[in-house]
Amino acid sequence: MAEVSQGGGGGGHKKGGKVRAKKSSTRIDMTPMVDLAFLLLTFFMLTTTLSKPQTMEITMPEKPKPEDKLPEVNEKKVVTLILGANDKIYWYHGITDPKVELTDFSANGIRKVLMQQNAQIPGMILLIKPSDESRYKNMVDILDEMNITNMQRYALVPITSTDKELVKESNL
Amino acid sequence: MGKVKVHRASPSLDMTPMVDLGFLLVTFFMLTATAAPEEPVSVDMPSSVSEIKIPETNVLLITISKEGKVFFSIDGKYNRQELLNKMGERYNIQFSEEDKSRFAVMSSFGLPIGNLKQYIDMPPDERKNVEQPGIPVDSLNNQLKDWIIFSRMTNPSLRIAIKGDSDSNYPVVEKVINTLIDNKVNRFNLITNMERTKPS
Repeated sequence: MAEVSQGGGGGGHKKGGKVRAKKSSTRIDMTPMVDLAFLLLTFFMLTTTLSKPQTMEITMPEKPKPEDKLPEVNEKKVVTLILGANDKIYWYHGITDPKVELTDFSANGIRKVLMQQNAQIPGMILLIKPSDESRYKNMVDILDEMNITNMQRYALVPITSTDKELVKESNL
Repeated sequence: MGKVKVHRASPSLDMTPMVDLGFLLVTFFMLTATAAPEEPVSVDMPSSVSEIKIPETNVLLITISKEGKVFFSIDGKYNRQELLNKMGERYNIQFSEEDKSRFAVMSSFGLPIGNLKQYIDMPPDERKNVEQPGIPVDSLNNQLKDWIIFSRMTNPSLRIAIKGDSDSNYPVVEKVINTLIDNKVNRFNLITNMERTKPS
């Protein structure tokens, strides 16, 4: 059994034609593996999306059944916001003979109007009427504005032809 | 003569901790990464101050593109197979098992149901070149309604999210919302981006 070299234990100094089993080093070159690992790391870091999109939860009222009685509100409490083309907001207070005014989505625009009206009108009800020319962004912005100014009562309602005429007549 | 021997530092330093950390990070990113779903259209979402995150599962996503096309997507492989099965029965279109398994891994689509089979049968890289007309949402032919009804039948705990482009016109959005309300979906989510400037 002398031929079996035992792990290269210590037969180094023997001369005389004996084939010595080569002891390979236990250290292997890890460089390619590390390269690959870092390549993968870079790839995953760049492709991963950590920020999930935000979402805005809205709850629409149920469709009224024909037999349901719709609640009546005092017109003095109603403020109508019409979302027009090119990011304009037309708004008026009340229903009969309203005075249409124009504002925009800036902090000094609609937010101020909402604050002022809210202070003046107790139990204000907002009717948001996006016109056909308005964009989705306008709707999201106005709903967002409702959240910011902490409005309690508002509704998204379809625009009526009266509103369209009011906007046209106002020439704003 | 006491010669001071300069101690030579070995040029090969021990990289083991770095490699350990590297692999730790690789593992972390591999496990957390979710491949971004391919979208047939790019959508530029409006921003809002809302800070609610969208849930990861059980989401039915309705995408509205700039041109007012409506796209539909739902998650869950088995739900999708089941859904296609039901839609096939409803519109009398025969979808094979292979169609179903291919549909299960598809991203969102915007096609009338009649063209869907042909679309499914295409190889994935050809699908990108298809000009998708959007799912019909007119009152005469409201296929979105059926997609929603059958999706909710398949998975009752679905949450419905609308991802609209800032510049899409309101009438299309209104149609989609009305479709939802008509089907007694009164609570839904609007996906938005984070507002860059905080309100004062």
